[in-house]
Amino acid sequence: MEGMNVFAARLFPKDNRFVSGHRACQGCAEVLAVRLIHQILGRNTMVASATGCMEIISSSYPDTAWSIPWIHVAFENAAAVASGIEAGLQILMKKGRMPKRKINVVGMAGDGGTADIGIQALSGALERGHDMIYICYDNEAYMNTGVQRSSSTPYGASTTTSPAGKISIGQQTWKKNVTMIAAAHNIPYVATASPSYPFDLAEKVRKAAKVKGPAYLHVYSACPTGWRLDPKLAITIGRLAVQTGAFPLYEIENGKLKISVKTPKLRPLQDYTKPQGRFRHLDDATIAEIEKRLFEEYQKLERREGLIF
Amino acid sequence: MEQRLGLEASIAIAEVVCRCDVDIVAAYPITPQTHVVEHLSELVADGELDAAFVPVESEHSAMSVCCGTAAVGARTFTSTAAQGLALMHEILFIASALRLPIVMAVANRSLSGPISIWNDHSDVMTERDVGWVQIFAENAQEAADLTIWSFRLAEDRRVSLPVMVNFDGFILTHTIEPMLMPDKEMVQAFLPPWEPLLKLDVDEPISMGPVGIPDIYTETKQVQQHLLTQAYGPIVETLNEFAQHFKRTYKPIETYRSDDAEVLLCTMGALSETAMEVVDRRRKQGQKVGLVRIRLWRPFPFEDLYRAVGNVPVLGVMDRAISFGGPVGPVASEIKAAFYHREQRPKIVEFIAGLGGRDVPLSDFGRMFDSLYTTGETGKIPAPTIIGLRE
Ligand SMILES: Cc1ncc(C[n+]2csc(CCOP(=O)(O)OP(=O)(O)O)c2C)c(N)n1
Ligand code: SF4
Ligand SMILES: [Mg+2]
Repeated sequence: MEGMNVFAARLFPKDNRFVSGHRACQGCAEVLAVRLIHQILGRNTMVASATGCMEIISSSYPDTAWSIPWIHVAFENAAAVASGIEAGLQILMKKGRMPKRKINVVGMAGDGGTADIGIQALSGALERGHDMIYICYDNEAYMNTGVQRSSSTPYGASTTTSPAGKISIGQQTWKKNVTMIAAAHNIPYVATASPSYPFDLAEKVRKAAKVKGPAYLHVYSACPTGWRLDPKLAITIGRLAVQTGAFPLYEIENGKLKISVKTPKLRPLQDYTKPQGRFRHLDDATIAEIEKRLFEEYQKLERREGLIF
Repeated sequence: MEQRLGLEASIAIAEVVCRCDVDIVAAYPITPQTHVVEHLSELVADGELDAAFVPVESEHSAMSVCCGTAAVGARTFTSTAAQGLALMHEILFIASALRLPIVMAVANRSLSGPISIWNDHSDVMTERDVGWVQIFAENAQEAADLTIWSFRLAEDRRVSLPVMVNFDGFILTHTIEPMLMPDKEMVQAFLPPWEPLLKLDVDEPISMGPVGIPDIYTETKQVQQHLLTQAYGPIVETLNEFAQHFKRTYKPIETYRSDDAEVLLCTMGALSETAMEVVDRRRKQGQKVGLVRIRLWRPFPFEDLYRAVGNVPVLGVMDRAISFGGPVGPVASEIKAAFYHREQRPKIVEFIAGLGGRDVPLSDFGRMFDSLYTTGETGKIPAPTIIGLRE
């Protein structure tokens, strides 16, 4: 890790555009991801944020954590608003009303704002081909409103609207694969990333900014509050998520899939579920069932690696 | 220079939007608005309008895209109707709170259900409280003129609010009328390029749309109320400038043969023109009837209304929508409220007419005037009546 710090100093620009003083919980890896991503994107960036934790904690008037242009309109339309910003900038530059320059346009939302209520606006924006980056910060539930389930909540997780009970294991559906849905739009760049792998994250953000057209990043965002996880484990859990296959890291560049962190042998899922209160009720049989599914999903990824699709 | 043409209001609006040199059109098709966006798409495709047409996947996204484009300082136009307007509902409030000068033409149509593509005002009446300037056109000329004017008003720094131009579906959208079409030079002499006070700009970053905690929310609402009410001044001022420039005068409230009237009927939108015809006929028969035509709906022009109504003893209000289980006619209920504290107030009679494209023939207006005279004679105010209801 020491060596990494030296490297990180070089890799991450010092200029921080998402400043401290915000109201995120201790150990929030979602806000960490936001900060890292904007360190990479830098000052020539505009952000359209969806309603959700990151909007609430960063913008309580008259304070703001954003030192780049930032707008929040509603919950389900971050992709549409960002696409408008992009279209607006493009035409103003074309008509000579503003100087031509490269501006990164970012739409950002949580998993709820992306996988559920915002998926139509997202699909529209990706299909129209706007030159923008869309980032889903996936903490696997509606955290801002009190840990309700989303379609991105993993099977078996207990949330306030998929509570584990006498006759329920909690969430009874499998996590929606929004990354693959985004990829199905045939956009130039799609990737999963995690602040637990900051260099991989940085590289992917750079690529997303560089491609012409839409890029989609699906970022694992550990939420100690919602997952009932010790805040000091927020980074560790992200590594375990990759090592157990719960959240594999990969990218799809011009249709070609590449696994970013290869995990030839997945770790036992217990390592990942044990520290998290949301999974504590699961019995061994259910854990085994999930493990089998994650293994199959990971194999699918391996089979697709290198193929154009 | 102006050219005399025969145009649908839809085409006329699209043509003036082109002359206004908009930067962005983001819209989703819905009858009876389709001709507006189809024609704008053509103008962009032919290179006549140097704008981006953003073919969104819904009206919710149309209004959301408009928020993004206006936030960076691009002149933005959209158009919708009925279900589309309802789908935008959530974002309409935010567009005005963010003070984004978007201009939207609403081709008024009834709301489902049952699904109906035809004209009434139930779509816009549902959006009274969204904080937009709202205005009604009576014909194609007005629809085009008010669209040009809307950009000027919306972008006025004292206002900086979105504007909704209402024009009746089919009656205006699909009917060819003679009108004067100004050329680009003439429009642009009236409408200078927009210089936003604030915008998203990487050189001067701002945060737009932050959280309004209880400490501040009330004040933001007070500011909105103040701004929209105070917009009245700039509205009259810019309408006067429009009149000087284009030689066509528009007032917040218009009257028709109201000076010596015994009874008055209040109308809004294209049916006012039919009503004027009936007024002329009744006048010929010796009945002193007249009209009060509301053009500006938000901010509501109270003083103009009092002046227009004067001392007339009976005032009828024709609504094109129903507030279910409530005061029945939305316009009538506002007009009643406006007069409640006045010493001098007319008896107010409510009519509902022309729902979902139901024709309102001359005879129906005749019935309304008859009812107003009966009210005057008996002193009894009838219950709100749906005109032209089939038994
Ligand atoms: C139309 C609409 N429905 C519901 C809400 C309430 N709401 C606000 S944020 C949110 C959940 C956010 O979840 P997610 O997108 O996952 O972001 P997170 O807070 O978890 O980062 C909900 C349900 C809303 N603001 N607007
Ligand atoms: S609830 Fe979770 S995602 Fe939201 S700020 Fe707290 S830790 Fe971060
Ligand atoms: Mg979430």
